[in-house]
Amino acid sequence: MSTVAVHDHGVVHHEEGHGHHHKETFISKYIFSMDHKMIAKQFLITGITMAFIAMTLSILFRIQLAYPDKSFPLMETLLGRFAPGGRLDPNFYLSLVTIHGTIMVFFVLTAGLSGTFSNLLIPLQVGARDMASPFMNMLSYWFFFLACVIMLSSFFIQKGPASGGWTVYPPLSALPKAMPGSEGGMTLWLISMICFVASSLMGGINYVSTVLNMRTKGMDLWKMPLTVWAFFLTAVLGVLSFPVLVAGVVLLIFDRSMGTSFYLSDIVLNGKVMPFEGGSPILFEHLFWFLGHPEVYIVIMPAMGISSEIMSVNSRKPIFGYHAMVYSLIGITVLSFIVWGHHMFVTGMNPFLGGVFMITTLIIAVPSAVKTFNWLATLWRGNIRFKPAMLFAIGMVSFFISGGLTGIFLGNAALDINLHDTYFVVAHFHLVMGSAAIFGMLAGVYHWFPKMFGRLMDEKLGYLHFWLTFIGAYLVFFPMHFMGLDGVPRRYYAFTEFESMKRWLSVNVFITWAAIMSGMAQVAFLYNFVTSIFWGKKTTQNPWQANTLEWTAPVEHFHGNWHGEIPTVYRWPYDYSKPGAEEDFILQTTPLSETMSSNLPSDFEDNPVGLEAHSKWVTANRPNEEVK
Amino acid sequence: MMAQLQEDKLNLAPKKFNMWIFIFTSFMFFAALTSGFIVYTGGKAHAINIILPQAFLYNTIVIALSSITFFIASRAAKSLEIGKQRLFLWITLFLGTLFFVGQIYAWGILIKMGVYFINPNASQSFIYVFTAMHLIHILAGLLLLSNTLYKSYRSIPQAKNLFNMQFSGIFWHFVDIIWIYLYVFLLLNQY
Repeated sequence: MSTVAVHDHGVVHHEEGHGHHHKETFISKYIFSMDHKMIAKQFLITGITMAFIAMTLSILFRIQLAYPDKSFPLMETLLGRFAPGGRLDPNFYLSLVTIHGTIMVFFVLTAGLSGTFSNLLIPLQVGARDMASPFMNMLSYWFFFLACVIMLSSFFIQKGPASGGWTVYPPLSALPKAMPGSEGGMTLWLISMICFVASSLMGGINYVSTVLNMRTKGMDLWKMPLTVWAFFLTAVLGVLSFPVLVAGVVLLIFDRSMGTSFYLSDIVLNGKVMPFEGGSPILFEHLFWFLGHPEVYIVIMPAMGISSEIMSVNSRKPIFGYHAMVYSLIGITVLSFIVWGHHMFVTGMNPFLGGVFMITTLIIAVPSAVKTFNWLATLWRGNIRFKPAMLFAIGMVSFFISGGLTGIFLGNAALDINLHDTYFVVAHFHLVMGSAAIFGMLAGVYHWFPKMFGRLMDEKLGYLHFWLTFIGAYLVFFPMHFMGLDGVPRRYYAFTEFESMKRWLSVNVFITWAAIMSGMAQVAFLYNFVTSIFWGKKTTQNPWQANTLEWTAPVEHFHGNWHGEIPTVYRWPYDYSKPGAEEDFILQTTPLSETMSSNLPSDFEDNPVGLEAHSKWVTANRPNEEVK
Repeated sequence: MMAQLQEDKLNLAPKKFNMWIFIFTSFMFFAALTSGFIVYTGGKAHAINIILPQAFLYNTIVIALSSITFFIASRAAKSLEIGKQRLFLWITLFLGTLFFVGQIYAWGILIKMGVYFINPNASQSFIYVFTAMHLIHILAGLLLLSNTLYKSYRSIPQAKNLFNMQFSGIFWHFVDIIWIYLYVFLLLNQY
């Protein structure tokens, strides 16, 4: 028995005092770190880098759209053979669109968002020392990094990056000779995505396992903050849907490199009849969108969780409808698996099947609307603190509403005949998942920056960043609805050359300048982010007076998060402005026995002893109120 | 009880849980491939149109046996019969390798029958995809088993040994079941 005790002691000691007793080398601390907080920072900084690259790509193709006839000698200097004579090469334009989409959807809004905040917040908010498997967590980051490097390296090969769109539909992607981007660029794209999926699965498995197994004492599922709920369900979605993408990609690789006919049939290339027979490109679309649709919720759900938390903290009010928020997240998770067909309404799908997908798609608007109303009700009569994080969270709700409304149009199989593949779609998803998710992510960065770096970001620059980005994003994407209604197709190099669409040139110029303005605003963010890491104001332990567990951990970072025992949780995370309480927030770690004056009978569900003590205290202390 | 305590301290339960989640992802992968097959054959009325070689049946028996020998090994591990555990792990490894070789032999038979991977009828190509993707899992399983076996020769705590057995066991039984699923799926779609 004594040996066991000694051994136990040794292990506990090892866990708690890791950072103090082992001299960590530079490599084990900053590069191959297994600490979830460092991995979160690695994800964030890589994600921000990728976001700036993707944004630069978008500004390049916006310039082409606004000035299709003009040549910019500078562009040739910078891009060389991709912009001969100072004008973008049409094939390179398609590459820009493709890689912009791929980077934003996968590398920024999946890995950059989930990777950063799930890693940072899951262990800190459920009260764990680290992830279930820190080693796998480290691998997850390095696979992601590898995927980034491979994706970007495709800019340096002769034929340029993949250019068949981020959805890489065959036959374009399956026939290397189909277009320049389908050669080496497409191969690199596929390799990069395999690494990315590996990274994403390793991360996701860890998140699910940590949430389900490693919560601290007292932290039952219904005491978890909405952030953790959102990250958890996002990870579940990823774990179930990414393997399906792998299956699709594996078959695509066989078609490309070995000559099978899973997706190919009746192909004539350069006047030559190809030997492929019997394949079905629709099969790829099914496999792709079975991931692709849950993917958009993988992108938006963490942003929803982050916004819920930030809006509650900064409204100094409990989140409105906590249970409804959780159930609507679960509803979205389940429904997201049965709506993928709405991306394929015009592929010759059986109209009856289209009707089924239309119904499921419109049903998913219900949980989304529940969440929206709850956010608005949380703000209602709150004691609002307009911190930059709060503004970004409100911005997220704004984009989610204005982009979500057009989703109801697009979800109709009949309307989709007109609207598919137009700028209406571009406007819709850039608002509802692009801008909304980015705003959620930025809200998270502003809110948890003190937790990550121990310093505060500059608020004035934050406000500048918010307003320029918020206005800029609407100026960019709102006019696109009208272009789409007029039938302007997406992904065209110079659609304003068509007689019927010439008039949209002026709008294109307007959008491009709005995009450049929003891009400039991000420079303000970058400046703020980098300088605050080194020279920002030092933070206190709980700068926003929030209830959740991460603010009970010391400001300085060490492996293990808390000195001594992990705190125990006694209440839900949203006790803000509770009537009768001394302050307008009560930490999750404060036992009910210390807050007798603010306890309510509903705090004692399943706790008859506590309820009895509570009613005794009430009769003893404020008999008058009972009579009222 | 002691093993349980140590398991908690070494953070083993969440690691085992990780394996379960990985199995879900793997399952989704094979579900996607077989659904792909259904969409493919449904759309153009293609079918495999051959009788599967007998070799697949023999391989199925081999892999089912390996699951049983693994079960015996883990029973032995629980009752601290390390010698017996090692012996049956060796047998399991052998059967697993036999299955691997057997599957490749079955490919040879398919090729002799004129059923090629590069094939205008992709439902026949799917046979190769199913088996190849499954063999990758078998390979991973064999590596896990070898690791468990190797560690059992080192002096590691019983809790760790049991954990290794369970960890590789979950996976090994899973790849076994997946093969049976794929085999039955292919049998049902022969024509």
